Amino acid sequence: MIPELGYGATVAALALALWGAGAAAVSARTGRTNLLHSGERAAIGVWVLITACIALMLYAFLTFDFSVRYVAFNTNRGTPFYYRITALWGALEGSIVLWAWLLSIYTLIVVVQYRRRQPELYPWVLSVMLGILAFFLLVMTIPAPPFERLSPIPPDGRGLNPLLEDSGMITHPVALYLGFTGFTVPFAFAVAALIVRRTGEEWITITRRWTIIAWYFLSLGLLIGGWWSYHVLGWGGYWAWDPVENAAFMPWLTATAFLHSVMIQERRRMLKLWNLALIFLTFGLTLFGTFLTRSGIIGSVHSFTQGSIGVFFLGFLALVLLGSFSLLASRVGRLRAEGVLDSVVSRESMFLLNNLFLVAAAFTVFFGTVFPLLSEAVRGVKISVGAPFFNLVNIPIFLALLFLMGVGPLIAWRRASAENLKRNFLKPVLAGIVVAALMRALGVGNALVLTAIALVVFVAGTIALDLFRAVRARRRSGDGWSAATLGLLLRQNRRYGGFIVHLGILVIALGVAGSQAWSVQTEVTLQKGQTVDLAGYHVRFDGLSATEESNHAKVTGAFTLSNGRRGETVLLPGRKFYPQEQTPIAAVDYRLGLLEDVYLVLGDFARDGSQATVKLQVNRMVSWLWLGGLVLTLGAALAILPEARKPA
Amino acid sequence: MSRRRKFVAGGLVVVAAIAWLIWAGVSQSVVYFVTPSELLAAPVPSKTYRVGGLVQPGSLKWEPKTLDLSFTLSDGKASVPVRHKGAPPDLFAEGRGAVVEGAWTGDGYFKASLILAKHSEEYKAPHDGADPGYKELIKSLRKEGAR
Repeated sequence: MIPELGYGATVAALALALWGAGAAAVSARTGRTNLLHSGERAAIGVWVLITACIALMLYAFLTFDFSVRYVAFNTNRGTPFYYRITALWGALEGSIVLWAWLLSIYTLIVVVQYRRRQPELYPWVLSVMLGILAFFLLVMTIPAPPFERLSPIPPDGRGLNPLLEDSGMITHPVALYLGFTGFTVPFAFAVAALIVRRTGEEWITITRRWTIIAWYFLSLGLLIGGWWSYHVLGWGGYWAWDPVENAAFMPWLTATAFLHSVMIQERRRMLKLWNLALIFLTFGLTLFGTFLTRSGIIGSVHSFTQGSIGVFFLGFLALVLLGSFSLLASRVGRLRAEGVLDSVVSRESMFLLNNLFLVAAAFTVFFGTVFPLLSEAVRGVKISVGAPFFNLVNIPIFLALLFLMGVGPLIAWRRASAENLKRNFLKPVLAGIVVAALMRALGVGNALVLTAIALVVFVAGTIALDLFRAVRARRRSGDGWSAATLGLLLRQNRRYGGFIVHLGILVIALGVAGSQAWSVQTEVTLQKGQTVDLAGYHVRFDGLSATEESNHAKVTGAFTLSNGRRGETVLLPGRKFYPQEQTPIAAVDYRLGLLEDVYLVLGDFARDGSQATVKLQVNRMVSWLWLGGLVLTLGAALAILPEARKPA
Repeated sequence: MSRRRKFVAGGLVVVAAIAWLIWAGVSQSVVYFVTPSELLAAPVPSKTYRVGGLVQPGSLKWEPKTLDLSFTLSDGKASVPVRHKGAPPDLFAEGRGAVVEGAWTGDGYFKASLILAKHSEEYKAPHDGADPGYKELIKSLRKEGAR
């Protein structure tokens, strides 16, 4: 019953979305408001129907309805309640349903927010969003139907991919998809503004706002993904330049570029064409990422090899890019810059450079991801470029971006005088050099880490200097220190939200540099009672125990961790044996710390519990990534708040 | 005009630098994916390869005390003896596909620094006596080897 209901709802939603997109477009051309209202009702109907799909799917999961192929392939009777809900988006078909559902929610928000405020743009925005929604509903109808019937009905399901049994499964995909789908809104506004030739300023405000929102969620998704990788996958890393990570990172880079270059447009009426291109590119990259990871052309933990879905995505991507860029080309005449670049030493050129580097980083990631495919297609030679390539190419680019992060926000517009440079940058530059020299004297030998530290101190110095001056200025009007700072953050929330994001990036940069340079590991086989030492830690093997969980068996090793100073703690890494998997899966245990984490993975073991092979890692400064991520998301949240009116 | 030229020149310098970075990055870190037969046909000692094949049943030897792992990777036509230091990773087992990264030594074995035992949804372990489906295996491993 559920497969038929679900399929019916999907087809009905597709029909409604197509109707709504058409009706809104016709009303935009003719001004017939009854058609526009019909389009709005269609948008509401689409949301109701996709919500019904989700409800049906959840019901099927919770009642073990294995007549639905997707349910049978992604759960079994032992799957815990919690993961039967998250299994909803655990594989291809369900993740498309989640995508469509979030997109339908964004569409409703747009309807509520802009139907009165943007009468000219709004019909086109609605039309574009419903059109894109129709594409995802089409994918749900033909190449990836979530409600496909399975017959005969199996007595039990196959079970969920064990790696997905983690609490991160609820937050990571949802945040990532809120980011991905969120970029549809700026895209729709950009297209609408081009069509009605209203490429003035109001769409920029809306687009920037929505890009920050999508960027916020995408950042959150990437960070949670890193945390998931770190604590689940058992290799002690947080980023592997996996194609799926790259797929999410590319739109993040281009969106970051847009968030910066849009300031040039607001201030100097320049880069209009470039900004629109960045929006189109970002949206295109979200589709490309989905194509890359969902079509099965690249192997990865996340990819579910599927047949024709790749063709659908590639076709739609081509349509979107061709359509949006030819629209852009037809409007070039209206997008001329009204300002000119005055000097190389100016904020405009620093922002230009920042954009160049961000887009270059996106391109190198794209190149490294796609190059192996091209090489095989063109030369028939299979190669891989992997992490060494990405690190080698991106480290210089990111260091340059760090430098620009310090210079960009403070350097003068148009033309910076020597006086301006000295006033803003002399002290931070000196601070960076002094701190790096101090660290060098203290024995830090790694050149890359020293460079990173110098740049981080420099950027932090510029932010501190700027904040100090602004607070001091406010204090002259009689506020106390804390009132002045708080008032500043709230009144100029965009500027200081941005600075807080920058601080978060600095903390992350230190975490990346420190963890790459200073983490150590060892692998060893221990007899019961034997101890392994690493970096001042002692880990003693105390024995093994076995337990039976609802859907798997688990062997847990007991290890005692001590470092001679604080008391002893127990680490319990294990190996999980799932009946549907032929080999076990590691369950890592760890102690997190501000400066270093102890990370223990159980490898092979003797069945009688007399010996165990373990991988012990002392990972330095990894926690800085999560802390920096927290700071970054707080800053982004501050920047999203409506901007307070400027004091008269 | 000269100001504009300055900007164009500056931009070109940056673009050229990035192009050089990419070129250097590719030429330094490119690793060729080969099958056991391709490797044995013309092995270049101490060059980094990725080799993909089936872990031959009966070939796996694991010595916990010394962390010595050895096995044979096969594509049905040729087999490469592989040695590695470290416990067998998750998802690694006899009769399943694996990709190893490392170099051919002059002493007649492949020294692996990395084992990628990937969960392959396409590849199913062959039944007894059935065609082991090496073609399918290599095809799916090539995909995974791309990482």
